Amino acid sequence: METGFSTAAYVVSAVLFILSLGGLSGQESAKRAVWYGIVGMALAVVATLIGPGSGLWLISVVMIAAGGIIGWFVANRVQMTEMPQLVAAMHSLVGLAAVFVGYNAYLEMANVMALKASLSGTLNEAGIAAALHERGLRGFAALLAHKTPVELSILRVELFLGVFIGAVTFTGSVVAFGKLAGKLSSKAEKLPGGHMLNAGAAIGSVLLLIAFLNGAGVWALLLMTLLAFFIGYHLIMGIGGADMPVVVSMLNSYSGWAAAAIGFSLGNDLLIVTGALVGSSGAILSYIMCKAMNRSFVSVILGGFGNTTGPAMEVEGEQIAIDADGVAAALNEADSVVIVPGYGMAVAQAQQAVSELTRKLRAQGKTVRFAIHPVAGRLPGHMNVLLAEAKVPYDIVLEMDEINDDFPETDVVIVIGSNDIVNPAAQEDPNSPIAGMPVLEVWKAKQVFVSKRGQGTGYSGIENPLFYKENTRMFYGDAKESVNTLLPMID
Amino acid sequence: MKVGAPKEIFEGEARVAMTPDSALQLQKLGHECFIETGAGLKAGFTDAAYEAANVTVIKTAAALFKEVDFIVKVRPPTDAEVKRLKPGQTLISFFYPAQNEKLLKAAEKTGANVIAMDMVPRISRAQKMDALSSMANIAGYRAVMEAGNNFGRFFTGQVTAAGKVPPAKVLVVGAGVAGLAAIGASTSLGAMTFAFDVRPEVAEQIESMGAEFVYLDFKEAAQDGAATGGYAAPSSPEFREAQLKKFRELAPDMDIVITTALIPGRDAPVLWTKDMVEAMKPGSVIVDLAAERGGNCELTKPDEKIVTDNGVTIVGYTDFPSRMASQSSSLYSTNIRHMMTDLTPKKDGVIVHNMEDDVIRGATVAYQGEITFPPPPPKIAAIAAKKPTEKPKELTPEERRFAEVAAFKAQTKNQVTLLGVGAVLLLGVGLIAPASFMQHFIVFVLSCFIGFQVIWNVAHSLHTPLMAVTNAISSIIILGALLQIGSGSWLVIVLAALSVFMAGINIFGGFMVTRRMLAMFQKS
Repeated sequence: METGFSTAAYVVSAVLFILSLGGLSGQESAKRAVWYGIVGMALAVVATLIGPGSGLWLISVVMIAAGGIIGWFVANRVQMTEMPQLVAAMHSLVGLAAVFVGYNAYLEMANVMALKASLSGTLNEAGIAAALHERGLRGFAALLAHKTPVELSILRVELFLGVFIGAVTFTGSVVAFGKLAGKLSSKAEKLPGGHMLNAGAAIGSVLLLIAFLNGAGVWALLLMTLLAFFIGYHLIMGIGGADMPVVVSMLNSYSGWAAAAIGFSLGNDLLIVTGALVGSSGAILSYIMCKAMNRSFVSVILGGFGNTTGPAMEVEGEQIAIDADGVAAALNEADSVVIVPGYGMAVAQAQQAVSELTRKLRAQGKTVRFAIHPVAGRLPGHMNVLLAEAKVPYDIVLEMDEINDDFPETDVVIVIGSNDIVNPAAQEDPNSPIAGMPVLEVWKAKQVFVSKRGQGTGYSGIENPLFYKENTRMFYGDAKESVNTLLPMID
Repeated sequence: MKVGAPKEIFEGEARVAMTPDSALQLQKLGHECFIETGAGLKAGFTDAAYEAANVTVIKTAAALFKEVDFIVKVRPPTDAEVKRLKPGQTLISFFYPAQNEKLLKAAEKTGANVIAMDMVPRISRAQKMDALSSMANIAGYRAVMEAGNNFGRFFTGQVTAAGKVPPAKVLVVGAGVAGLAAIGASTSLGAMTFAFDVRPEVAEQIESMGAEFVYLDFKEAAQDGAATGGYAAPSSPEFREAQLKKFRELAPDMDIVITTALIPGRDAPVLWTKDMVEAMKPGSVIVDLAAERGGNCELTKPDEKIVTDNGVTIVGYTDFPSRMASQSSSLYSTNIRHMMTDLTPKKDGVIVHNMEDDVIRGATVAYQGEITFPPPPPKIAAIAAKKPTEKPKELTPEERRFAEVAAFKAQTKNQVTLLGVGAVLLLGVGLIAPASFMQHFIVFVLSCFIGFQVIWNVAHSLHTPLMAVTNAISSIIILGALLQIGSGSWLVIVLAALSVFMAGINIFGGFMVTRRMLAMFQKS
């Protein structure tokens, strides 16, 4: 009865999770979708607690409550600009949990094996099962007891994989968190030896897997965990700040695969289903991000920008600065305005000011829209969330493909804290490191204002010819202050 | 270096090449500024204003020429002025070297350098010193003002209690800088504005200024303005005929005609013939901006305003910029100041007359006692030559169907290959793996498949909530921990409890933050 009920509950949960992800196709349905997810999760946990996992339910409930309170507290306190850090931190928890669960599975397995060995001399198959049941082995352990030797070695592989992926996810996410929170340098850093170290650690892990399959003890598992910790750390350290959207979605994917691998070893279908859903979701996000930067997934993971094939095109002209009066005058005259936000807006916390500016301009009957590049910010969809927080209506926030054709008819474009995603070199200079990357064609608008702190180049260190174009004016200064000085001048 | 501006001697010229503002800027470059007394008076700048800007006022032109190293002027120098130049001195002014050969020879003999503002090459970098454009802009604006002055009606249409007023119809011929400025001024006054140009590529610019492009249906290799540095070139007789025919059609309707058609180095083409003027309504106005070069209108008399027998006013002034002396002086002096900036690269008052520089070389017509006109072609093309865009070939229905079928076949082939490879892999796994594993494996593969199908539909803007929600549901790993917590040793219990704890943080945190984010998305 127990397993029958929990299986039914798991099926319902799985369906709810799928609906929950599917509902994210639109802003309105998403609000409903998140409830599907919550109900699905609650159902799965409750079904497990009253069913096969009822062993020490008091500890379980206490632990869930304690974790829940912390989670609740953090989720309510976090600033929207800190979202990337939060997501990375949460991935690390899933990774670590996967490692622990994997260890447990191994310990259980060892226990059951030992018991089985001590009994097998005197009893037949059915007798062994009965004896095990008498000793209070239930749930996972009971399942283990029925495994054939082939199934057991498959189990070892699954378990090993689950721990490996979980460990990589854990340290990787911790490093990603550090970089996003500014606690670690966001530069790409590698130990001497670079990717050879990673490859060595991976090969070492494979060797350990073979040893583990052939009966090596817990030391193989522990050693592999350390190697995986190192891979996670070193891999993400080698990836620079601007590639973080890919990294975070990749870690998201890993946490899913870790759950799926653990699901295999525990023989739990819901874990497999959910892990696969999360894993494929993260994989698709990584793919979308890479495509938006016109880079292959491998080159992002290997870190740093690809080699340039020749000298960069000479940039002609000069950067012409403008003051707030000039920008305000142009805005007052413009009929259509497009705002292109980037990571700089998040750093300066300028989203409220930008929203206020939008409100004022719209009140005058001007068309104001936002153009969001897929990799703007440090997290997929980062800008959308920030703008939503500042109460910018989502129907004027458009993605690149929707708005790129409209730039020639746009009077004024304001670029706030973005650089590479509006770099015309991607289209004009075949030697540029970002050649071929899809960019927002802001330079086609009648006038472009670039709000920027100084004359430096962006993350990629590439000179941006946009700043030298005739219709571009540089509006230097902190994004928040700049926009705030503009506000009283708009009427 | 000492920079000085003499008073313009030319009859009626009210502009001045240095304003108090530009003098301040010049001083920042390390130059000393001088001005002849009363030079700025007609443009509204008094000697006192100059003195306030630290400019030394000098009594006579002769003394000024003796004192300074740089003479800045508007009009080309007169013979008397040329005689005052001395070796090593530099003159910056309009010069028109092609038309003023004698003057150029005379300047050469003095050994002075001459920079002609009208010879500044038309490249992006030199736009800030393109005095022809800045003056043409003013001329275009002023032309509309002059037209309005002589036109007895409103520009804009009105329906009032005292009757209905139709809007004025304005035709602008030639959409260069002056033409576009005229279009802008006229549309903002509310007139219905039409514009014509032989270069079809300016149609877009005309429409962007709010005028209607008069389309000429004529099949000829379209002129590419880029080949002539952005200027118009002479057109074929057939084209001209077609053009005049179009104007003849338009003439009776138009209230105001502003002609700005000029071809570099030639007399202005006659585009508005006598019969067109006669066809116009009494009270109509023609403003001919090309009057200095003979005029686009057959009846134009340079420097004069005439009224024809049928009551059409033809304005043939040649000094439109000078009629707005304050504005044009400030723009022209800024052009000069930019030229001086390029001549003093280190901003320390030391002149570097770099003959390797495209802009400086192009504008210099006499250098150290030698004529350096005409300049060699600039190293950078004025405007990148437009590549002829090939229209995508119209596909016949059969071809299109064929292409569609081919695309469909390719897609099918792709999918079948993928499915085939996937199936073989699955079978391979199935051969070695036991049945219990395969059950789970099927679930896994199907889930991945569902995941891929579902996630592609997620809106771009919801990627962050997607990550948060997948994060929350990936804590489903809590089930594993819950299953283990009940059995085995204390170590298992501790590890499992920790896992439950961490997953708990994630579940609550993930869903909460997703909800928070989604609640913020609002429709306008």
